[in-house]
Amino acid sequence: MLLFVIRRILLMIPTLFIISALVYFIIDLPPGDCVTSQVDELLARGDPDALRRADELRAIYNLNDPLWLRYLEWVGGIFRWDFGLSCQDTVPVSSLIGERLALTIVMESATIVFIWTVSFVIGVYAATHQYRVGDYVASFIGFIGLAVPNFLLALVLLYVGKVYFGLSIGGLMDPEYIDKPMSWGKAVSVMQHLIIPVIVIGMSGTAGMIRRLRANLLDELQKQYVTTGRAKGLPPMRLLIKYPLRHAINPFVADIGGLLPDVISGSVIVSVVLSLPTTGPMLLGALKTQDVNLAATFLLFVATLTVIGMLISDLALAALDPRIRFGATSEK
Amino acid sequence: MTDQTSGAAPGTPRPRSPHYVNREPWDPYVSERLTAEQEKYYMAGQWKLMWWRFRRHRPAVVSAAFLLLMYFSTLISEFIAPYDLHTRHSAYIFAPPQRVHVMHEGQFLGPFVYALKTTRDMETLQRVYTPDTTKPMQIRFFCKGDTYEFWNLFEWDFHFFCQPEGGQLFLLGTDRLGRDMFSRIVYAARISLTIGIFGIALSFALALVLGGLAGYYGGWVDSVVQRITEIIKSFPHLPLWLALSAALPVTWSPLLVYFGITIILALLDWPGLGRAVRSKLLSLREEDYAAAAQMMGAKPGRIIGRHLLPGFMSHLIASATLSIPSMILAETALSFLGLGLRPPITSWGVLLNEATDINVVAVNWWLMFPVVPVIGVILAYQFMGDGMRDAADPYG
Repeated sequence: MLLFVIRRILLMIPTLFIISALVYFIIDLPPGDCVTSQVDELLARGDPDALRRADELRAIYNLNDPLWLRYLEWVGGIFRWDFGLSCQDTVPVSSLIGERLALTIVMESATIVFIWTVSFVIGVYAATHQYRVGDYVASFIGFIGLAVPNFLLALVLLYVGKVYFGLSIGGLMDPEYIDKPMSWGKAVSVMQHLIIPVIVIGMSGTAGMIRRLRANLLDELQKQYVTTGRAKGLPPMRLLIKYPLRHAINPFVADIGGLLPDVISGSVIVSVVLSLPTTGPMLLGALKTQDVNLAATFLLFVATLTVIGMLISDLALAALDPRIRFGATSEK
Repeated sequence: MTDQTSGAAPGTPRPRSPHYVNREPWDPYVSERLTAEQEKYYMAGQWKLMWWRFRRHRPAVVSAAFLLLMYFSTLISEFIAPYDLHTRHSAYIFAPPQRVHVMHEGQFLGPFVYALKTTRDMETLQRVYTPDTTKPMQIRFFCKGDTYEFWNLFEWDFHFFCQPEGGQLFLLGTDRLGRDMFSRIVYAARISLTIGIFGIALSFALALVLGGLAGYYGGWVDSVVQRITEIIKSFPHLPLWLALSAALPVTWSPLLVYFGITIILALLDWPGLGRAVRSKLLSLREEDYAAAAQMMGAKPGRIIGRHLLPGFMSHLIASATLSIPSMILAETALSFLGLGLRPPITSWGVLLNEATDINVVAVNWWLMFPVVPVIGVILAYQFMGDGMRDAADPYG
């Protein structure tokens, strides 16, 4: 087991390196750099110093260095929690991202917990009450969740909230808590504001999970050991929890590998629509202005989050399933 | 054995059998005669069986018909849309959708709209449009309107329906430049619907080649392809899409951007299909018929393409269909965020890009209309894909 864990962790490192190099080069790919647009603006204003200013800025950001050197500097700095300078207002990236990263992690964990609890309850109910009204309702909701893209859902909710209830859904806390240190009141406020984004982001994941859990549980419920259990007089609840549910629960752990990228993708676009102070809007802005350091840091962070999530899911699976522990790979 | 089966050797006379012999020709299937229907079923080819099975799936058939209609409309968008994509009506900025009526003061008039009266709200300085119920204006059908270049072949100005004489017709309102939303949605379907098809075709080709190589050769080819798919699959797609499409140079023409986006979508989409191809090939290449082909000297390309692929092509097509909606959605999302297609190329996502400011949308709710066709198409693809997946295994 220990060997397995070590091997998995060692595998993470090259993966992250490849990803970091890839994103850094991709972001830098288009012609021009982040200074170009600023200089254009200065030129348009008729600033005579524009070109000199551009050279200064380029010197500050080391933009005259070759790409690989900048990449190495950036990667080297990461270990000192130094992600270079953001091109927008010449501030260190690390000072920009702190709270956003924390809020993103909170939001994404909350979404996963939401997906698990809701799909668990609904999935088990739908499977044990097959072809009843509740089952159909659950299937229908699941279908809508799968079909309606989450950013459109966010847009519609935003509109409905604004027009019919007069609330603005944007933001993740009440205005009075912004830029204030953490407190009990702030935490509560964040919780309240999290509800809508979490539901919106988690919708499609929940729908998929309900479908899988329902199908798995239905398969298990038809097996003979269930009949045997019933025949020998086990109480239905106990029978359900003790045997078929344990088999059917597998996708909850196994599918986190597929769930996590989806949740992260969803959270990026939904937070742009709802203008949440998470990584999404800032990443978008950074990509548009070619702020390489900032964008690459966010992308690397997203990748790290995914890889760690995958690692946890693999470890949990290995702990649950001896076949994986002993070298055989799991067939999905 | 009786006489009639053993048969008489030529030249050797035999004593006549004393018992009854049926002179009718013997029918080997006498005990299990097939009805005409059964015969049709057993003789039908694989694709025919699939078609029969697909036909039984009601929602899938309806969805397929709907999609066919949508795709057909993209061929004749110019004819369906009453206005050109770029026609601006500066007098009608943010005009609300007009209702189509049939009865005017108890009199049947055929489809008509009331003329729009524009006034200014002196407090907010916004334009307010009110229908002038005294002036019904009949919608014209098969009429002359904005000229367009039909299929780049010839100039034409014939439309299915157009604005009434001397009036305007905005079925779904107008946007901030006074462009007719309905016409724009009709034109945008062209881009939104084709990007899914092109994208999936590309991703399909990638999946066949790479998945095929990995599955057929195994060994290090397999592990390299496997690692690549793992990395792509484990990374959230949207941020990567964003980064890649931000990397498309601003100087590119809109058409190049369109193809660039298609390629980007395909680049991240193929691993799912590629994995399916690989695992199927891994098991099929062990079959006897594959070994036989190999021994007869067939080249790998022929074995894969001619012998192995047809065995699971139907499954592949079904799963490819199921991933078209995600492509359409991805394009919509990218354009919505302003990193995808750029005007003058217009897709539903580009139209929705106008709806990002919620304060604008709260007043001009019709800017959200492009959501409707997006959801409709996604749902239709989902149903059709489900039906195809069920039908893909006609012997099951």
